[in-house]
Amino acid sequence: MYRSLATAIHDAEARGVTLSTVALEVEAKDQGRPVGEIRDALRRALVVMREAVDRGLVGDLKSSSGLVGGDAAKLRTGPDGPLSGTPFRDVLARALAVQEVNAAMGVIVAAPTAGGAGVLPAVLTGLASARGIDDERLIDALATAGLIGAVVADRASLSGAEGGCQAETGAAAGMAAGAAVEMLGGTPRQVGHATALAQQGTLGLVCDPLGGLVELPCVFRNATGAAIALAAIEMAMAGIEFAIPADEVIDTMGEIGASMDVRYRETAGGGLAATPTGRRLAKERLYDLKRAGG
Amino acid sequence: MVSLLDIIGPVMVGPSSSHTAGACRLGLLARCLVGGTPERALIELHGSFARTGEGHGTDKAIVGGLMGFRPDDERLRTALEIMDREGLDYRFEKTTLGDDAHPNTVRITLERGDRKSQMLGASLGAGRVLVTEIDGYPVEVPGNSDTIVLVAEDVKGSIARIAGLLADAQLNIATLKLTRKERGGDAFMVIEVDERPNEEVRDAIRALGWVKWAFRLDKVSA
Repeated sequence: MYRSLATAIHDAEARGVTLSTVALEVEAKDQGRPVGEIRDALRRALVVMREAVDRGLVGDLKSSSGLVGGDAAKLRTGPDGPLSGTPFRDVLARALAVQEVNAAMGVIVAAPTAGGAGVLPAVLTGLASARGIDDERLIDALATAGLIGAVVADRASLSGAEGGCQAETGAAAGMAAGAAVEMLGGTPRQVGHATALAQQGTLGLVCDPLGGLVELPCVFRNATGAAIALAAIEMAMAGIEFAIPADEVIDTMGEIGASMDVRYRETAGGGLAATPTGRRLAKERLYDLKRAGG
Repeated sequence: MVSLLDIIGPVMVGPSSSHTAGACRLGLLARCLVGGTPERALIELHGSFARTGEGHGTDKAIVGGLMGFRPDDERLRTALEIMDREGLDYRFEKTTLGDDAHPNTVRITLERGDRKSQMLGASLGAGRVLVTEIDGYPVEVPGNSDTIVLVAEDVKGSIARIAGLLADAQLNIATLKLTRKERGGDAFMVIEVDERPNEEVRDAIRALGWVKWAFRLDKVSA
């Protein structure tokens, strides 16, 4: 698989094809499987993603600890904000929905991780719905998202324990931004800029889960991650170029993660997890969790 | 090598790809070392696995994996109850394995019948795993291919014999690694193959006089 987004972009532009085309070809060669089979696997992932969105939007799920749940539904039916009726609010709702399913130990697609699983489905299905884009284009976009995530995995990390939330919702935002730009008709170079623009907005993001549970703030970081992806998409589609290439932004994310104190790397020892309220909630809810035998 | 389907996937029961899905996959790999669901297991968690594992269902996930449940199996949610019902003797302990160990590392010591084995593995994030030690031998098994692991007396021609056996079974070798703890001591082989080796192949390897034990680690990725 590619280890540099710049190389993939160069290959795609040289041949006048999409990044998803080169990504699927390389994957087919690496794994010894036909492209059709790989697209089938992505199609199945899309089905699970949509099911998670639908399930979470119902709004009746509570997480194992009771700390999160029911907020996706509020975005759907609650009082308007300034961006109601736009894809922005819909994408936020979808991101919360998937994460609420995840927190309730429901079935989701890790993309790239479960902690960041709301961002990609929210951005892609939300924008596809708003623009009437068909599933085959969505599946191609998933391949591009996979390519971007593979580069992040190789150059930096996809684990909160190593890279903080930069490596989870941050990487997911980069993937979602790049994939959506292709889906909306952007060029491979624009995909690169979108990825860089999203990833730069999440540098330094810590992993500070209350009580160590993938609930707070995780569910909400997926919504803000999706929002950052939308910002990156809008800028990239307008022709805005980020001066630092995506590969270098990704490397920076890895370097920052490596120098991050361990209390910000999924140990619940710092950040929001260590606030007075954070500690109190964790104590109460974990006690409930233990009592319920959950 | 990273696959697109490592990134867009796995389809899994939440909440954490490293602490739930990855943990489950490590359980599945460990299970292969004793040829089935172990009767007894000591599960030692290190680092972030130890500190935040409870909220992530890491214990349920590893136990589920040891019992053969895959990451998208909804029985993972009730794995501990199922374990109790089946009368399986699994214990959890927190441990420290040093700063070099990945923050999500687990050491699993397991028994089934007269077979006992120990595995060290890490959950790298996004559901990817890496087995780093089997019975004291250092290895690097990511579980992306079906893998044969075996211990044999360090005799000349052993690699050629085993490679020949695999070729006869139409199995293509992707990687082969041989390590020894000392010269003239036992040789440990890890062979990743492109297709699933069946029981006959495994039995044929075991039938070789100088092979002490051989197991197939089933592919755990998509």
